[in-house]
Amino acid sequence: MITLLGLFVVVIGFTLRANPLLVVVAGGLTTGVAAGFSFNEVVAMIGQFFTDNRALMLPIILMVPIVGVLERHGLQERVAMLIRRATAATAGRVLWTYQLLRGVTSMFGLSIGNHAAMVRPLIAPMAEGAALVRPGTSSPPSRDEIRAHAAAAENVGNFFSDDIVVAVGALLLIKAFFDNAGVAVALSDLKLWSLPTALWVVLVGWWRYRRLDARLKKAAAAAKERAP
Amino acid sequence: MTLLTLDLFLVGCGVVLAAVGALVAWDVTHPQRWGSAIFWLLLAVAVGLGKWLPPIAVGYAVLGLTSLVATKRVGAPQFARVDSAVLTKRAEVLGNRLLWPVLWVPVVAIVGGAGLDWVKFGDVSLVNPKQVAQSALGLGCVVGLAAALRTTGERPLAAAREGGRLLQLLSWSLILPAMLAALGGIMAKAGVGGVIAGLVATALPVQFPLVAVVAYCGGMVLFTVLLGNAFAAFPVMTLGVGLPFIVQTHGGDPAVMGTLGMLSGYCGTLVTPMAANFNVVPARLLELKDDYAVIKAQAPFAGAIWLFNVGLMYGCVY
Repeated sequence: MITLLGLFVVVIGFTLRANPLLVVVAGGLTTGVAAGFSFNEVVAMIGQFFTDNRALMLPIILMVPIVGVLERHGLQERVAMLIRRATAATAGRVLWTYQLLRGVTSMFGLSIGNHAAMVRPLIAPMAEGAALVRPGTSSPPSRDEIRAHAAAAENVGNFFSDDIVVAVGALLLIKAFFDNAGVAVALSDLKLWSLPTALWVVLVGWWRYRRLDARLKKAAAAAKERAP
Repeated sequence: MTLLTLDLFLVGCGVVLAAVGALVAWDVTHPQRWGSAIFWLLLAVAVGLGKWLPPIAVGYAVLGLTSLVATKRVGAPQFARVDSAVLTKRAEVLGNRLLWPVLWVPVVAIVGGAGLDWVKFGDVSLVNPKQVAQSALGLGCVVGLAAALRTTGERPLAAAREGGRLLQLLSWSLILPAMLAALGGIMAKAGVGGVIAGLVATALPVQFPLVAVVAYCGGMVLFTVLLGNAFAAFPVMTLGVGLPFIVQTHGGDPAVMGTLGMLSGYCGTLVTPMAANFNVVPARLLELKDDYAVIKAQAPFAGAIWLFNVGLMYGCVY
């Protein structure tokens, strides 16, 4: 059971809201030392695993200078303008479209945004704007619900179509894991088996955002009845 | 021999990181000037030259990075914000030409990923066939950067400055994925998977194929909820439950298992406050009254997607 000590360190560290990097490193050191390796052996293991996996950083480090320079010249503003032209009529449709867009770009291993860069300035206001066309839906519960779903659209779009065309993250990690374990898998098979879930998630999104639209419509009708 | 190895692109990453570190060291107004400068320069060495350094040196460098972060000596300055109206004006100047450099990256990555391993000059090949996807992406980024600099008329120094702005916002989270891989690797060497497998095997009748699939996919969710990260849960659960029971005992296909296992883990990410970046931070950022509002909106997604994954794995893995 002492082998699981590092795992407890990780759980306790996260529960105490310590810095995630510190928690993970402490968990690794504890696990290694508890398993009977010397401290220096564990540090060397950390070094080796870091070196073997440092290519995970490559897509970010080489991409940010491009994005940074273009943002300085108004990239986000230009994209915002283009997206606004294509605004659909309801909150649900805006969010479904964003989830699709986020999913398709993430298939190519690209991230078009995150909560800070995309959802708060762009997606949430678009969805709220579309819902507010109908009077009565501006009450905070509806507003919070729309915003929470906007955050969900970002996460769901981001997670479930990772790497299907261009592998940059999760699938490379799976492949590296199986290579280390001496199990032969082909990257193309991993990509293929990611596809059904990615399609299913599009359907689940369609259902969820339709439900959201229906609830908003109901709330609007109720508000209309209350107001004479 | 290979011309463009992955290591060459990683040296390029090291150069970018070193430039960021140098700019931070140069900046007398930076609130955490020396801690941050040392962080980025040390990371530049570990990423750029890691392959040629002894593992223990890289290991201590990583511990150094972690202690700088843990003692709050790494930070980002208050970047001067360009007014949105000014940016909108600037966007009008270049228009859709701004989008092209960003689009060049996937174009080169996709086309190159499909065809670069065919390029050969006698005995010298352009890329290593095993690294073709990553090398093509690296090449795409170089092309994209050249296009961005050409379109905007900026100098390379501006790329380092603007890239540094974004990297400093990411800070320690940049190296977290590699460190989670290290944690998983050490857990594998320490035999954590075996202990978990023992617990699961004694607690559940994994001799039934369906039970093995449910235990693996359920374990992925449970561990992701505990660790806040599916990447960390994956090696533990796959060594502990997936490989011994689904692959070895029942002869399952590791590709189907691994992919759907990871996707099951993501369902855990959707419902755990431990994945603070995805769930708690946006709730705050969007000024929601309930810190768990995003998790509540995502829970039905997680349930529906998890059931689909389990069904698909059971139907196709054996």
